[in-house]
Amino acid sequence: MSNLDDLYREIILDHYRTPRNRGALDSPPAVRVEGFNPLCGDELVLYLVVDNGVVTDIKMTGHGCSISQASSSLMSVAVKGKNLDEVETVMERFKEMMTLKERSLDENGEAAPLDLRNLGEIAALAGVVKFPVRIKCATLAWKTLAEAVAEAEAEAT
Amino acid sequence: MARGERMTSFNARAVRADTPMMKRDVNGRPLTYLDSASSSLPPRAVIEAMSRYYELHHANVHRGVYTTANEATEIFEGARVAVADFIHAPGGADEVVFTHGTTESFNLLAKSWGAANLREGDVVLVSEMEHHANIVPWFQLREINGIEVRFIPVDDDYRLDLTDIDRLMEGVRLLSVTGMSNVLGTINPLGELAALAHRRGALFAVDGAQSIAHLPTDVAALDIDFLAFSAHKMLGPTGLGVFWTRREILADMPPFLGGGGMILDVRTDGYTPAGGPTRFEAGTPAIAETAGLSAAIRYLGGLGMDNVAAHEHELTIDALERLEKEFSGRVRVIGPADATSRGGVLSLDVEGVHPHDVAQILDQYGVCVRPGHHCAKPLMRRFGLAATARASFGPYSLTSDTDVLIEALGEAVSLFG
Repeated sequence: MSNLDDLYREIILDHYRTPRNRGALDSPPAVRVEGFNPLCGDELVLYLVVDNGVVTDIKMTGHGCSISQASSSLMSVAVKGKNLDEVETVMERFKEMMTLKERSLDENGEAAPLDLRNLGEIAALAGVVKFPVRIKCATLAWKTLAEAVAEAEAEAT
Repeated sequence: MARGERMTSFNARAVRADTPMMKRDVNGRPLTYLDSASSSLPPRAVIEAMSRYYELHHANVHRGVYTTANEATEIFEGARVAVADFIHAPGGADEVVFTHGTTESFNLLAKSWGAANLREGDVVLVSEMEHHANIVPWFQLREINGIEVRFIPVDDDYRLDLTDIDRLMEGVRLLSVTGMSNVLGTINPLGELAALAHRRGALFAVDGAQSIAHLPTDVAALDIDFLAFSAHKMLGPTGLGVFWTRREILADMPPFLGGGGMILDVRTDGYTPAGGPTRFEAGTPAIAETAGLSAAIRYLGGLGMDNVAAHEHELTIDALERLEKEFSGRVRVIGPADATSRGGVLSLDVEGVHPHDVAQILDQYGVCVRPGHHCAKPLMRRFGLAATARASFGPYSLTSDTDVLIEALGEAVSLFG
C-alpha cells in the first residue's frame, strides 16, 4: 500500500491525532473566518490575530478528515510568529505544491520533484496531489487563512 | 440470461457474470462494488437495450410518422407499461410519468400537486430519515404558500418513532416518507403508514428510490397515493425517473415544466395542456434510457424481487454479525442492529477514522463505498454525525465482498491506530 503511505505520512497522522493550535480566540481582536467544503462536510473556523504585521496568534475549531485537519494544524504552526510577507510566501509555496497541472510529469506519470526545502513539515502534504479528490481537503485551511489575512489587512488600514 | 428465461433459484454469481463492470480491476484489485445505494451497476441486457435503440430505432418520440419514429415511440410507451406492471399500478401505464429522477419526481409532487392543493397552515409530514429530495421541495413550497413541514422523529433503534403520531398527524394533508432509508437501511411500515394517513384524510407519498430496487413494490396492495423512484438505482440508466400517482389524482394536477410535448394547443393568447402523463413531460425525454429501464425491469422480474430481497437480507445478517465480531465496537453500524425490516445499507462509523479517510483506504483495495452525509443532513444531525462511510449491497453482491470490506477496514483501523 505504498500509495497510502504517500498520503498518510506519519507527520500527517500525528497532526490529525494531536492537532496544534486548536480552540477559539476572542473576536475582536482576532479576525474570525469560516471555511466549508460543502461536498464533504468539512467545517473550519479560523481565528487570526495580526499585530504590527505579524501573526501573533492563530487558533481553529471545526471537523473534517485527517488531511483537512492535519493541513490546518500544519498551517497554523507554519504561520504563527511569521510576518505577513513570510506568510504570503508560505501560502504561495503551498499552492504550488497542490497544483499538479503546472508541473511536468515524467514517463511514469510522476510529477517532477518539487523544491520542498524550507517548507518544513508542510512538505508532508506533498503526496496529497496524487489523490486529486483530496486536494480540496488540504487546501481548505489555506483558503480560509488567505481570507483571514485579507480581512486582517483591511482592518489594519 | 436469454430473454424471457427465468432463473429457478437466485444466483448472485450469475447476476455478477451478467454485469460487465464487475469484471474490471481498481488499484490492482478486483472491483468490490458496495455503493448500490448511490447507483447500481447495470447488467449487459440494459446496456445492450440502449445500444440497440441508438443503432436501430433512434428518433424523437410522439413527433414523426416514419417507421423508426413509431418504433422509438413504442419503446418509450412500452417502458411506461413495464413500469406500471412492475409496481402494480391499478390504472396502468396512464398513471406513469417519466421524470429525470426521484428528485424531479418530488419537485413535480410539491410544485404541481402541492401548490394546487395545499394552503397556508396545511401540514406536510415527512420523517427525520428522509433524503433531501423529500425535504427541500417542501421547504420551497413553504416559501410560496406557507405550508408547515413537520418531521416524524427517528428513535434510538433507528426506526420511525410513531408513539406521538396522533399529535403529529394533526392538520396533515400529505404524509411523505421513504420506503427504505438510504443511510440506515431501515424499511418503513408502508401499509401501516398508508392506513394512518388515510384514516386522517391525508394522502400518502413514498420515496421509493431505495426500496424499488431491493423489495417488491405493489402500490395497490400498500394503498399508497404517490411513488417516486429512479431507474439508475434499479440496474437501469441514469437520467430517468418515475412519478406515479392514481389516475384521478393525476387528472387534476396542473402542469409542472412548460414547453414542447406537454401541450394540446398553443396560441398567441395562451396554451392548453395535454392530458395524461404527457402533460408532465415537457421537452424531448430520455428515450434510450426508457429502453434501458424496460430491460432492467425484465431482468429484475427474471430474478424476482422477493428473491433479491431474500438474498440481500442474508448478506446483511452476515455482514452485521461479522463487523461486530471482527471489530467489536471499533466499527459501529449506524442503523438497526436487527436485520428484520432492514435493507442492505451499512453506514459505518469507524472510531478515530474520518469517513473520507475510510473511503480512501478502501479504494486502495478496490472497494467502493460512499463517504459523506448521504443527502440526509437532518438525520446525521439527529445522531450527531458529520458523515459516515456507507457500504450497500445489490443483487450482484456476495459474501466475498464483505470479506474484502473487512480486510480493508482492518487496514484503516490499524493505519490510524
